[in-house]
Amino acid sequence: MVRLITHNLLACHVKGCNTNNFPLQFQDVQIELREADFNADFLRGFLPKIEWNALVDAARQLGDTSLPQEQPTMIDDDFLKALHHVLLEIHVEEGAMVCPNCKHVYPIASGIPNMLLAEHEIG
Amino acid sequence: MSRPELIAPPEIYYGDTEAKKYTQNSRIQQIQAEMTYRALELLNLPPDQPAFLLDIGCGSGLSGEILEEQGHAWVGVDIAPSMLEVALEREVEGDLFLQDIGQGFGFRPGSFDGAISISVIQWLLNAETSHPSSSPPRRLTRFFTTLHSALRNPSRAVLQFYPSSDDQIQLITSIAQKAGFGGGVVVDYPNSKKAKKVFLCLFVGNGGGQQVPKGLEGEEAGERAKFEKRREREKRRKDSKKNNVKDRDWILKKKDLYRRRGKEDVPRDSQYTGRKRRPAF
Ligand SMILES: C[S@@+](CC[C@H](N)C(=O)[O-])C[C@H]1O[C@@H](n2cnc3c(N)ncnc32)[C@H](O)[C@@H]1O
Ligand SMILES: [Zn+2]
Repeated sequence: MVRLITHNLLACHVKGCNTNNFPLQFQDVQIELREADFNADFLRGFLPKIEWNALVDAARQLGDTSLPQEQPTMIDDDFLKALHHVLLEIHVEEGAMVCPNCKHVYPIASGIPNMLLAEHEIG
Repeated sequence: MSRPELIAPPEIYYGDTEAKKYTQNSRIQQIQAEMTYRALELLNLPPDQPAFLLDIGCGSGLSGEILEEQGHAWVGVDIAPSMLEVALEREVEGDLFLQDIGQGFGFRPGSFDGAISISVIQWLLNAETSHPSSSPPRRLTRFFTTLHSALRNPSRAVLQFYPSSDDQIQLITSIAQKAGFGGGVVVDYPNSKKAKKVFLCLFVGNGGGQQVPKGLEGEEAGERAKFEKRREREKRRKDSKKNNVKDRDWILKKKDLYRRRGKEDVPRDSQYTGRKRRPAF
């Protein structure tokens, strides 16, 4: 169950991979859409943590174009609804995430990304 | 009884059979629930605000269910695939990662409003291999350093664990301090052989502006009643939610909409499409 809420927080953690290591690129993904309860307070609290461009790009990669390119300054209900859907209702079930810098592949199976590193990749 | 962490590596020890046995054991459920409630209390989150939390060594999601019940969203990491599989079967709401916490985290700075870990970090005290990168101090250092940066300032991490000596507590706290954490150790029921519990209560920044909390004294009381009440509430909640989960039709419509908007790579419909899950929050 990688959702974009966690994808947006995830950088590559391979030893020495410190620049251009975010966001991880989706590859060959299968997604599921599942409804989640809407919680405006949670979304408002989460907004400051979001890397906006990365979120918009990732959503587009997954077929959702509902978010504006620029993060709006006025937070209205329509915007929060779109944000809710993008962050919490799109589940990446299969595929992989690839580091844009070192190209490490983090496979995703049954919704769970494998973040394990090989011995030589540990910092 | 001998300590599990001395028997086999965690991903082996918690294989399919043990993962199921562990999760279904009502005594274990109860103890883990009590410790999770206590960890939440020690986290000292701002009241009535949904938080985004990290559950370190989340296992099959016993703690996660309580975080959900308290209105929080969470991310769980664990090294044992079988435990995570049970968590999936139980349809927990957190996002799960297969991860060895001794290898450190890759979360961006300030990602989480807090972290909990229940009965996990004693596993970091055993060398996994003879490779120097797997010595306990190296693993603990990576763990605490990357955890510290993944947490918001100010915030807390509360880690309940089973030390086998005071030296182990010393080692762990000194490495946590070097990684930038303040705070300290909270011992509940220190005089009770059975109920005694050790919590590492770590602060990022001022940890929300308080002293390290005091441990609970005397005999364990009232916890069981609290737990039973929770099960009842939980059941009522599940029953009342059963009816308003959006159905497969809704989801397929949504996918269709994406396709019509010109997205070629909308995933194919699978057997899991529209599988019933409990919604987040
Ligand atoms: C006693 S269980 C506790 C599970 C859960 N926290 C609970 O309270 O039910 C210990 C868990 O720690 C996990 N664990 C042990 N070492 C780990 C490591 N290096 N990285 C991630 N998880 C680990 C095990 O896989 C297991 O799920
Ligand atoms: Zn990388």
